[in-house]
Amino acid sequence: MATDRNEAWREELRKAKSPKERTAQPRVQMNSLDPKYRARCREEVNQGLTAEQAVAEASRCMDCPNPTCMTGCPVSINIPGFIKNIERGEFLQAADVLKETSALPAVCGRVCPQEKQCESQCMYVKMKKEPVAIGYLERFAADYARENGTKKADSNIKKNGIKIAVVGSGPAGLSFAGDMIKKGYDVTVFEALHEIGGVLKYGIPEFRLPNRVVEAEIDNLRDLGVVFIKNCIVGKTITVDELKADGFKGIFVASGAGLPRFMGIEGENLTGIMSSNEYLTRVNLMDAGNPDTDTPVLKGKKVVVVGGGNTAMDSVRTALRMGAERAIIVYRRSEEEMPARIEEVHHAKEEGVEFMTLHNPIQYIGDENGRVTKVRLQKMELGEPDASGRRSPVEIPGAIEEVECDEVIVSIGVSPNPIVPNSVAGLSVSKKGTIEVNEGMQSSIPMLFAGGDIVRGGATVILAMGDGRRAAAAMDEYLKK
Amino acid sequence: MSKIVNKEFFSENVVKLEVEAPLIARSRKAGHFVIVRVDANGERIPLTIADSDIEKGTITLVIQKIGASSTKITNLNVGDELLDVVGPLGKATHIDKFGTVVCSGGGVGVAPLLPIIKAMKAAGNKVISVLAARTKDLVILEEQVREYSDEVVIMTDDGSYGKAGRVTDGIEEIAKREKIDLCVTIGPAIMMKFVSLLTKKYDIPTVASLNTIMVDGTGMCGACRITVGGKTKFVCVDGPEFDAHQVDFDEMLMRLGAYREQEQEAKAKLAK
Repeated sequence: MATDRNEAWREELRKAKSPKERTAQPRVQMNSLDPKYRARCREEVNQGLTAEQAVAEASRCMDCPNPTCMTGCPVSINIPGFIKNIERGEFLQAADVLKETSALPAVCGRVCPQEKQCESQCMYVKMKKEPVAIGYLERFAADYARENGTKKADSNIKKNGIKIAVVGSGPAGLSFAGDMIKKGYDVTVFEALHEIGGVLKYGIPEFRLPNRVVEAEIDNLRDLGVVFIKNCIVGKTITVDELKADGFKGIFVASGAGLPRFMGIEGENLTGIMSSNEYLTRVNLMDAGNPDTDTPVLKGKKVVVVGGGNTAMDSVRTALRMGAERAIIVYRRSEEEMPARIEEVHHAKEEGVEFMTLHNPIQYIGDENGRVTKVRLQKMELGEPDASGRRSPVEIPGAIEEVECDEVIVSIGVSPNPIVPNSVAGLSVSKKGTIEVNEGMQSSIPMLFAGGDIVRGGATVILAMGDGRRAAAAMDEYLKK
Repeated sequence: MSKIVNKEFFSENVVKLEVEAPLIARSRKAGHFVIVRVDANGERIPLTIADSDIEKGTITLVIQKIGASSTKITNLNVGDELLDVVGPLGKATHIDKFGTVVCSGGGVGVAPLLPIIKAMKAAGNKVISVLAARTKDLVILEEQVREYSDEVVIMTDDGSYGKAGRVTDGIEEIAKREKIDLCVTIGPAIMMKFVSLLTKKYDIPTVASLNTIMVDGTGMCGACRITVGGKTKFVCVDGPEFDAHQVDFDEMLMRLGAYREQEQEAKAKLAK
């Protein structure tokens, strides 16, 4: 086993360098494109590590007997296991270790908030040093395997002949499909859109997660035997009952976050104001920035993006790439409370994005054609911590500011997609519209499991993947009974 | 991929297509729409389903050349394929026995109106259909509408066919003559706005089927949002049919123009 800490090679590796030597090395810097250049094109910002950089960074890892980093990972990746394989130069084996627990390591290596998960639990943090760059290393191993690995169709899978359906092909659906196909099930994934990948395709931009990376992961699943059906909405095109009648014994609903939230303030329906879902879908899924496509997209010169999450950062940086002269983040709390990954905020700043924190839109003003021209902002200050544990924004009476803009992108979250919950009689749904599930992600209808944003309301790729894994394990148990 | 099995020109700019979509043909009801993407560069555009044939596994769509993608669709021939067809989307029409139902359609709006006329008739209503068009050649589906209507009134702007006047003139004549229990209206937004103003005056409950800008059609993007009764609603999942008297048509008309410049550019490019 490549993950056994007591293997001879690993013991040797531990002895090869002293802890002092390991900790004396500085954390690797990610190679990235020049901010001025990248802010005007779609190329991926982070260029990855070289093999030398990766091996050096991997040698910083102390291979702790109790690897606390793993407790920070929602899918419990064997972190020292893959890192030590990188250190000894067995990059393909490192990727194999990742594949044992993660269906999409090349994706997670790019989009996980590592600073809040694995890296936050690294021993180095306790020593007041920068943690091992676990995310960069994960990406390195996964990219290496994609580019250099021989494609091996897993012929060892023993099929059990049981048909299961997956609703939605985003991170939760893909990770579930990957686990279930390996367990021997016949897996069919139904996708509403015309492309497979869900939020990985329509939401996360090319400059952060290239489509070829997502495609490669989907191809892997196809090679394993997963069947993908596009343009098919479960609950509309076919019903859950029809799937049952068709012989499907289990259904995993991972239909994602549906409705974008708006603030309900005056002028919000003016033209030029849209949700981040609309903006990103136009640019990412429909390639609207490309003059050869029919889908239009507004290319504002002064673009305001409302929100402080990853989607807001993706939107504001996309606006720059669409030609914006000013691209401004408006966020009602301070930078410290921003839910976005630190790296995204950092990249946005490097690219010239302006940050107006502690500002909250209260009204939009338009011209005679109904097109937005200005946003009125209420200045805020931080008060007591709220239910989320973050200090809550409080209005400063009378402190109001106007900012000129010709495009506004509202990125303040999403509500669950109502199509499946509304179409299944007897399904227990929360007040917020999320599907209610037990620890094994099983809903009130025993053959129906659910995970990702349809259960969480709005979360991250890795949490959705974790749900997929848990649901796969629990559904397997359930179907074996 | 959905193959086109039948094509018919209603006029130079309006085409009826029968396309293979067996699952949608089976599950759709009056009022539902589909999203169509013609080719890899095509825009996702919403089209209301005019009819379906479960046996043949086909649905009928009526398309008017407006932008680049709709022009490409109307240029396709029998045997060609639409790259993506997804649906049925939206809520189905609320069909009941209301009494006397006036179904008013303008231009290509008559196509999505037809299944509603059929269903209203089947539910035991007296159906009076008012079809309006600029001129005689643009009146579509008259024969099929007659088959399921108790009475058909045709209005043309130039008086070249039926009576001269607007759709509202036709409805008003009926309203003066007899009690109308429900009015259904589908057509250009500006037409529905005036139908709504008229029926409000006569206190006739009115349903309008709205065709706004959409991207995904499943509630994800919010491009289709409008104000109904002071609240923001999504046409794709909350509609497409709403109480016309509650709809802010002026806002809807404004929002329909959100991409006008880009649409004209794209069309000009296609014409080259």
